[in-house]
Amino acid sequence: MTVYITLLGLIGGTVIGFFSGVVTTYIRVPLSRRSVLIAIVALVLLIALLRFSSWFADTYMPNVPGWVWVLLKVGILVLLAWRFPASLPKALSFLAQVYILVIRGTPIVVQVMFIYFALPLLAGWRIDAIMAAIFTLMINSGAYIAEIVRGALQSVPKGLKEAGEAMGLPFWKILAYIIGPVALRRMIPAMGNQCIISLKDSSLFIVIGVAELTRQGQEIIAANFRSVEIWGAVAVIYLIMTGFIALTLKFVEHRTQIV
Amino acid sequence: MSMVEFKNVVKRFGANTVLDGISLSIDPHEVVVVVGPSGSGKSTFLRCINVLETIQEGDIVVNGLSVLGSPAQVRELRREAGMVFQQFNLFPQLTALENVMFGPIHTRGVSRKQAREEARNLLTKVGLEQRMDHYPGQLSGGQQQRVAIARALAIKPKLMLFDEPTSALDPELRYEVLKVMQDVAEAGMTMIVVTHEMEFARRVGSRLLFMDAGQIAEDGVPSELLMNPPSARMKDFLQHVS
Repeated sequence: MTVYITLLGLIGGTVIGFFSGVVTTYIRVPLSRRSVLIAIVALVLLIALLRFSSWFADTYMPNVPGWVWVLLKVGILVLLAWRFPASLPKALSFLAQVYILVIRGTPIVVQVMFIYFALPLLAGWRIDAIMAAIFTLMINSGAYIAEIVRGALQSVPKGLKEAGEAMGLPFWKILAYIIGPVALRRMIPAMGNQCIISLKDSSLFIVIGVAELTRQGQEIIAANFRSVEIWGAVAVIYLIMTGFIALTLKFVEHRTQIV
Repeated sequence: MSMVEFKNVVKRFGANTVLDGISLSIDPHEVVVVVGPSGSGKSTFLRCINVLETIQEGDIVVNGLSVLGSPAQVRELRREAGMVFQQFNLFPQLTALENVMFGPIHTRGVSRKQAREEARNLLTKVGLEQRMDHYPGQLSGGQQQRVAIARALAIKPKLMLFDEPTSALDPELRYEVLKVMQDVAEAGMTMIVVTHEMEFARRVGSRLLFMDAGQIAEDGVPSELLMNPPSARMKDFLQHVS
């Protein structure tokens, strides 16, 4: 179960992380007071519009006919769709930055508790513990991987990008064939760190009762009180798994070394 | 029709004006050598031609394409203007051969087989038939720069831009690069070369531009300008480089 959660969590995290990393590297949004304010206001307005307008209408303005509200909603959505495309990349980059800020800034235990216990109350959907664990690991590792990706991309010499541009390549090709391969190699050590940390972090999902390694150890101890043997065995199993990750990445690093 | 046409070009970095109203026309098959003190804007002059820098005023037309065009037009323009950098900028994860094959495959849609054949020919032309399967890290600076020239030529540009191609090289390695550049020039390529190699300017160049403070101070035949510098500023500069 630990392997399953970690694997799925890391795969999802890598996808999220690569996307956020690329977006935050190449689309600069100055985090000024103005841009933060605009974003917060826009977000609050959007949520208020979509979630609370019917409630507001029912409570305070029962006389206004329903179609007025529908018209208002459609109008604002059209306005957004009309004004938004030009600033879509910037909005994405900003959202990615906020995502990284929030996820790196809160403990993973709080995140999983929030997703498992608080989200059902807020949004009304209930997910089982394993899905909550996987999802938490995804968004958690994604935020860290985004920063790893950003660091690696920024470390690639600017000249390579210029060489690609001077050839007349579009940006995605420069990223995929020139900068990407160089950056990927530079990510390996930090990605190894993140894989191992995520694997060990899966032990924290004990708080929502996922039957991962640490919890299973605990359950066995509860039956036979053999703390020394069981915790020792649990530690050794973690060590084997992290050792496997470390060795794999060493191998990959060795194979892809640039002379 | 001229190959490159500068129309009153102004380039600023913030409050600093680097190119100050340059107008100029370069014909096909000219070998233009650009010299000048550091900070005079000669690198920027070159980088504006293939839109590695954007200009603030005026227009540059390269082989009928404006630098102010759409992104697709700019990419089209860049394919006509091969560039060789001071720092080589070879792709470190690819061998010399793969570096040269890269451009034709990804920008011109040439098949791998044909690209490999052309790359072999080009690398042989620059004297690197023994080094095709080496990675850039295994090559000397001079060899890397020759690969870079082959890589730029592989896209079949109509114009070649050289940005101080020998400045990062040891003196004894410069010769091999200059020799290759001379071969390219003699094959009829239009070239714009920013350099400090006055000997190259004299022997290979058909036109010399002396830049000073963001303007083209002198424009003429290399041997004449170098023999009798018309301004005190250029005389002073030449005394310091040679």
